[in-house]
Amino acid sequence: MVILLAMMVGLMYAAGIYLVLRRSLVKLIIGLILLGNAANLLIFLIGGITRGEPPVIGEGEFTLGEIYADPLPQALILTAIVIGFGLQAFAMVLLEQEYREAGVTDLDSLKDEDTDDQ
Amino acid sequence: MLTAVLVGFVAALGFAFAGNHMRKSVSYWIPFLPASLFVYFALMVPPVLADGAILFQYNWAESMGVSMNFRLDILSLLFALLITGIGTLVFLYSTAYMRDHKQLDRFYGYLSLFMASMLGLVLAENLITLFVFWEMTSISSFFLIGFNYRDKKAGRAALTALCITGGGGLLLLVALLMMGQIAGTYSFTEILQSGDLLRDSLMYPVILLLLFAGVFTKSAQFPFHFWLPEAMRAPTPVSTYLHSATMVKAGIYLLARFHPVLEGPGLWQNTLLIVGGITMLFGAIHALLRTDMKAILAYTTISALGIMVFLTGLGTPAALAALGLFILVHALYKSSMFLLTGVLDKTTGTRNLTQLRGLGKYMPLVFAAGMLAALSNAGLLPALGYHSKHLFYEASLGHITHSTLLTGLALVTNILLLAAGLLIGLRPFTGQPSHQPGERVSSLLWLPTLLPGLLAVAAGLAPVFMEKTLTSPFTNELTTTAFEGHLHLWGGFDQLLMLSVMTLAAGLIVYWKFSTPKESRVDLVKREKLSPGGLMYKAALKLRNFFKTLIHILQNGYLRYYTSVIIGFLVLLMGLRIQYSLEFNYDLERILDVQAIEAVTMLVMVISVVVSVVSKSRLLAVASLGAVGLCICLIFLYFSAPDLAMTQFTIDTLTVVLFVLLLNGLPAYLLKADQGIHWRDLILAGGFGTLIFVFTLEVLNQPTDSGINAFYAENAYLLAKGKNVVNVILVDFRGVDTLIEIVVLAVAGLGVFSLIKLKVTDAPE
Amino acid sequence: MHRNNDDNQAGQMTTLILRTASTYLMPLLLLFSIFILIRGHYEPGGGFVGGLIASIALVVYGYANGLKRIKSFLQFHPGGLIPTGVTLAMLSGIAPMFLGKPFMTGLWLDQQLPIIGHVGTALFFDTGVYLVVVGTTLTIIFSIGEEIDS
Repeated sequence: MVILLAMMVGLMYAAGIYLVLRRSLVKLIIGLILLGNAANLLIFLIGGITRGEPPVIGEGEFTLGEIYADPLPQALILTAIVIGFGLQAFAMVLLEQEYREAGVTDLDSLKDEDTDDQ
Repeated sequence: MLTAVLVGFVAALGFAFAGNHMRKSVSYWIPFLPASLFVYFALMVPPVLADGAILFQYNWAESMGVSMNFRLDILSLLFALLITGIGTLVFLYSTAYMRDHKQLDRFYGYLSLFMASMLGLVLAENLITLFVFWEMTSISSFFLIGFNYRDKKAGRAALTALCITGGGGLLLLVALLMMGQIAGTYSFTEILQSGDLLRDSLMYPVILLLLFAGVFTKSAQFPFHFWLPEAMRAPTPVSTYLHSATMVKAGIYLLARFHPVLEGPGLWQNTLLIVGGITMLFGAIHALLRTDMKAILAYTTISALGIMVFLTGLGTPAALAALGLFILVHALYKSSMFLLTGVLDKTTGTRNLTQLRGLGKYMPLVFAAGMLAALSNAGLLPALGYHSKHLFYEASLGHITHSTLLTGLALVTNILLLAAGLLIGLRPFTGQPSHQPGERVSSLLWLPTLLPGLLAVAAGLAPVFMEKTLTSPFTNELTTTAFEGHLHLWGGFDQLLMLSVMTLAAGLIVYWKFSTPKESRVDLVKREKLSPGGLMYKAALKLRNFFKTLIHILQNGYLRYYTSVIIGFLVLLMGLRIQYSLEFNYDLERILDVQAIEAVTMLVMVISVVVSVVSKSRLLAVASLGAVGLCICLIFLYFSAPDLAMTQFTIDTLTVVLFVLLLNGLPAYLLKADQGIHWRDLILAGGFGTLIFVFTLEVLNQPTDSGINAFYAENAYLLAKGKNVVNVILVDFRGVDTLIEIVVLAVAGLGVFSLIKLKVTDAPE
Repeated sequence: MHRNNDDNQAGQMTTLILRTASTYLMPLLLLFSIFILIRGHYEPGGGFVGGLIASIALVVYGYANGLKRIKSFLQFHPGGLIPTGVTLAMLSGIAPMFLGKPFMTGLWLDQQLPIIGHVGTALFFDTGVYLVVVGTTLTIIFSIGEEIDS
């Protein structure tokens, strides 16, 4: 499963990068979301994966058992997911406002908006 | 001591934030700052004379051997007294000179910043600390030259000065680091013991050249002198303080500082003699070709700095005694001349010598100040300049091989400087009055102008005192051989007297010759295309154009282009890395162990990812994005992360809701993709993905057990009374992180809110 | 904004079933979210998840019944929850300092309360997280919703 997940992470990164390189702003955002998910999955994978042993201390016990999933990457990813959402929302709204102001969703047509050669 | 250095910075901050509260009434109190510092350092004179050097130790970055130690010996004390003393005069003068300026807060802020940096520079005991203060003086000088920022030329002058002195500073840093490496310490007191180590080092010539680069740029030596005349765009008190009395002498300070450690007959002496000699003559000649008083003063300052470098190069006890004395003398008479120029400028509105005549009648006290300054500059009794000039000649005559040449050089320079001094101190006050100043000169203006002259005379009349407090301790600090000669008012009919008389006579003739300005002089000034300044400016322009072209190529305005360059570079870099170490020794069973339901999830996920990329319908793309999120949620669930699964699920829902909401308002996809770009991006993305895959496997190869998880596993319940360890980490063990993270989240939310609610309206200008 | 947004966008997005369902679902989901918050220290759950569930409950209700209804239901701008939450989390971190312990030291009541169980500063901290998450999510989604309406 590890190798499948590693491939999955690779695929998601590739898809994200490819979308980020498109001209459409919508695709840019889909790409960003994919990259964010890929990063979470990557951390999760690298932290080591364990089946069926959540890091929750059982009834009547005081410490985790012998085998347990590492809680630290999980805590990291949990906040990353939530903050990622805030970031994606911001990006989306930025895109939407840009469309309202400039009327285009084509990244290339934004080229000369803020360069001042003269 | 730390307080003494820091008080200027604190004051600078205070002034900077004072804003409009910084009114005239307040500014009268400001001179008390440098004045009290002056008193503090003056009280330090007896202990320093008794003990030699006093160390003050404060730790800073201890682990890197950088400490905030200060060293007060006669050299730094001389500079500290100059900085605070001239500072007091300049601050006092500014209260009247800058009275009506709107931005006093900035002015005093920068000026205090400069004063504090300069104090730090001369007191620093550590090479790194010294460098930090060195650069801070360059920066505050930049602000002060460009103080009248609406003046484009002032801006350019400030930039030139910063480029030259800052660039030199960087080279100096390299020299200091090399010295530190070789000596094994950055403490100056310890480096003093490593003179032989440094001189025997293979790197000795390199260190010297780099050090000289720093010194010559800062102290405006030929061919880096040109920033100094340009810097005269600064307000006159600033020119007085920074570009004549103190900052430009920082280079001299550094030379004197390292004289005991680095001096030697070869490269050190020759370079200093040649560069100093050229500079002092060059500056003196140029001074006479100007008509703007500040330009004359700028070039005489360059010339004087050349003399100081020259004296350091001579390096004999007499030369070093002359150096110590001349630093003081020059600061006194040059500040007086600058302040006088400011007075004339203020009352008549011009600094052009051809238009200023006969003002002595209206401002006798300023005239007196001018005469005293010119007297000191000319090296006539009873002014202090008399002694320094005598020592100067004594030193040049004492040179073993080239005494005639060097003395001749000194003679010509002194003659020209004498004439230039008269142009400033005498000419505007004699003859038929050209202007009729309306009001009397304020005492705040003439007092600081006159005071240095009076001091110079007082000191000149006390040669024994000066010898005890300045020349002999100064020489002892810098060299092991004691200074044999003495200062006296009358030395009998000897070579020195003859030279002095020749200087005076020839100087008067030159003055008489140049006292009526001629048109040809002005012409000559315009032929500056081939001067070092002009050439360097041209080179800088070329460089700028080169980078402009480069930037146009690299930064063409297409975001996608930037991204692909960055990604491409990353792929290349990581790809190269693969060559080195890749080994996989996996437990194949663990890697290939897949359960059916997991395989199905992965399959769905692959399809969703592909669909979200290739789909021509945005809604379908968003839906498959949602599916990807759900699959990740399932993966979290399979692999023991119920918290993550829940979070992922809810976030996924919200993301899709958001996307659907927003997509309504946006137009359909544009379907324009160049086939070539298409393939290029595919390869780039594919390469990146593959690399991520490979590196993930490599990372997984490493053992992950760090012991941290064991700590959490054992203590979650015992210490934090929680059984869900993920939650315990979030709210307890790493609670501060979480606190910051929710603040980040809040900021993102506020960002969205303000993006939507706070529309930018085109405010009427 | 003045266009009848109930009809306009609810017409696209909702049916009568959803509207009815959400009316009953919303309080249930809100209760569930609080349950998730409280049990977070012992079982999967916690402030982040709880906050997100509460947000979903309110968002679904909002789009079934119109933004105006949800506003009158809430009676205050959800953005107000953000500073409240941050302050609560901050205070629960500062509280131990009054007892001379370092910042963020967990404090616990000795006795268990009915339903809630052990009560400690961690719970207040998590409640702060919960409020910030709810506030942020709702601010984002409602701002966009209003923008689309207008």
